[in-house]
Amino acid sequence: MATREALLETIRSLFPDGSGVAEDAGCDVLTVRSDRTALPHLAQRLKNDPSLDFDLLADVCGVDYPDRSERFEVVYHLASLTHGHRLRIRVPLREDDATLPSLIGVWKSADWFEREAFDMFGIIFDGHPNLRRILCHPSFRGHALRKDYDPGQRWLLREGEQYEPAWARDVREDDDHFETQILNLGPSHPATHGTLRVIARLDGEIITQAEVEIGYLHRCFEKMAESHTWNQVIPYTDRLNYCSPMINGVGYALAVERLLGVTAPPRAETIRLILSELSRIMDHIVCIGANLNDLGAMTPFLYMYEAREEIYSVLEACAGGRLTISYVRIGGLANDVPAGFEDAVRYLIGKVTRVVDDMERLITKNRIFRDRTEGIGVLSAVDAVNWGWTGPCLRASGVGYDVRKAHPYLGYETYDFQVPVATGGDTLARYLVRVEEIRQSLRLVDQGLARLAPGPIISDDHRVALPAKDKVYTEMESLIWHFKLIMDGMKVPAGEVYGFTEGANGELGFYIVSDGGGKPYRIKVRPPCFAIFQAYPEMLQGRMIADSVAILGSLNIIAGELDR
Amino acid sequence: MKSADVVNVDPNGQTFLQRVYLVEIVKGLWVTLRHFVGNLFGRSYTVTVPWPEVKREYSDRLRGKHILLTRDDGSPRCVACYMCETACPADCIHIEAEEDPTAAVEWEKRPKVFTIDLLRCVFCGFCVDACPKEAIVMSREHEMAFSSRDQAVVGLAELLQKQPVATLDLGYRPYYGESKRLIALPIPMKSSTS
Repeated sequence: MATREALLETIRSLFPDGSGVAEDAGCDVLTVRSDRTALPHLAQRLKNDPSLDFDLLADVCGVDYPDRSERFEVVYHLASLTHGHRLRIRVPLREDDATLPSLIGVWKSADWFEREAFDMFGIIFDGHPNLRRILCHPSFRGHALRKDYDPGQRWLLREGEQYEPAWARDVREDDDHFETQILNLGPSHPATHGTLRVIARLDGEIITQAEVEIGYLHRCFEKMAESHTWNQVIPYTDRLNYCSPMINGVGYALAVERLLGVTAPPRAETIRLILSELSRIMDHIVCIGANLNDLGAMTPFLYMYEAREEIYSVLEACAGGRLTISYVRIGGLANDVPAGFEDAVRYLIGKVTRVVDDMERLITKNRIFRDRTEGIGVLSAVDAVNWGWTGPCLRASGVGYDVRKAHPYLGYETYDFQVPVATGGDTLARYLVRVEEIRQSLRLVDQGLARLAPGPIISDDHRVALPAKDKVYTEMESLIWHFKLIMDGMKVPAGEVYGFTEGANGELGFYIVSDGGGKPYRIKVRPPCFAIFQAYPEMLQGRMIADSVAILGSLNIIAGELDR
Repeated sequence: MKSADVVNVDPNGQTFLQRVYLVEIVKGLWVTLRHFVGNLFGRSYTVTVPWPEVKREYSDRLRGKHILLTRDDGSPRCVACYMCETACPADCIHIEAEEDPTAAVEWEKRPKVFTIDLLRCVFCGFCVDACPKEAIVMSREHEMAFSSRDQAVVGLAELLQKQPVATLDLGYRPYYGESKRLIALPIPMKSSTS
């Protein structure tokens, strides 16, 4: 990994005349401010220069600063999977000329992220082939994440105003002069596992063209976060990837803690790790189980949900909720785990192992399953990175990138575990990677249990964490801090951070901007599904309609996270 | 990443026995038969329950419907400080304060109106964490049905519990000291009282 200075020097050397980029000092990662005219050249070189090799465009987002002369800022987060370094590019734009060149020709993953920035801020990306709204519906007026947008407005989508692609309207015949058909799969179809809509042109049973429509579950997470205190955002994070809510909460808390400069006590870190890994297991159980169910194997789905049900019971005993647990707090956890936690988790390790073994006995060597999944939905390693894939789907394509290994947090570097990688890139490979990840997560949980030492579960910094209740009832000082934290919220120093953790589906990033107040100025979530799902229409082309369901299940698209 | 950190999970080619397919089917049937017999005689595998005749037991931290606790004389412990209303991420609590005429000290507040919209509520427990008087806690009552939206907005009359605390089905509440109930797995069940 090159040092920050060396990296900056290389980037500067791309512009011999000294124009184009300028460094923004004092950020969490190397940050350069670029001019929009210099952006295409910069992007090309960043990706293709072997010493830079920024192959993953992790996130594109807009930020609105109404008080500045250059009101909007488009922020790019780049990563190099080979070198391990990261870069943030900022492009400031004036309100009357909020246009910049699209980077879709350099990184395919820019596609939906740029559309989202257009939808939310009205920033025009020149050269984008399909620049239309993505999370809001076509009848929506205004740009929701602009600071001057009134969130109380209601926009009704009437019958007949819904999006219909132009290609879906014209009648087309296939080679045998049969009329091809347009099929709408979703938005509420049992096999879509959420509210997703796939519009496909069918020639017999072959999909010749497809497009997806998302946003049905959009609930303005990012806009809501701007009007809530830092801790109040946590119940909202539960509803991002609702199959593994703990991981979202931990990812958010870690990002804010980095900005605050506090760390959770060791016991809290270990509990976070144990419950995150259990959540990862749950998420993979849902993904594998539902995928198999779609393929017609009902039994493993029901067997595996037994284990999931009992993991939920442990989460509920710790946090008080099963699905929306809201267990994490900035600086630690809401409560200590109850007595009997270790025994319950040990029981779970045995239970999950048995269930996964049973599931494997039923499925892995079954020829029907193999024939149904092998070679279906193949995406090569280069394409997967280009589309911005991360997580199990990327690892199934042969790229061994895992945030837990590459940029460890919660002390993952001190644990003994392996990252499963497969080279097939097909539905079978994604299944096998997830199965092995469940087993590796069990190893992590086991090691975490051995390290669980008594101690505090939340930081004792009174500017961050609520004081203990017995002190609030008896001490004036604690009562005052309690009151200040509830009424004003904690004060997070002005600045920005991109905190990223390994979610169950891949890199879950939180780009957080604080203006020093009690509420976030801007939170942008980088949902792993979002990048994964944008490759789906391309993967469908030339496949059978039944395969579309197999591929969709193996990508594990969670609508809560996709649409936020 | 170091090569020791990576484990390859590429599938092997299918053996002849796998291609024949019947062997694997018999193995699979053995698994399902084991589950079937296990459930028939010992319920060793199922976690499903014949609800509502049998219900599953939840832990004593379950975040259910709210309870407003009372002092020994039956007056609400709540002092209408608006902390829970401020802490609520869903804006579902509405409080109006008034002066307590029965209080021993002057200018003591009490809630005149205290309503919770249970349909807006996300049951996150932040109100419980925010309360400085241990006035609002949560019960384990989680099966709530309403026939209209107005009915879901509950006021003091329904929230205030005047019986002794020990007799209430308490859920999420402030913890200091040891937690009383253990996590029990496999999931415990109870027969319905009705």
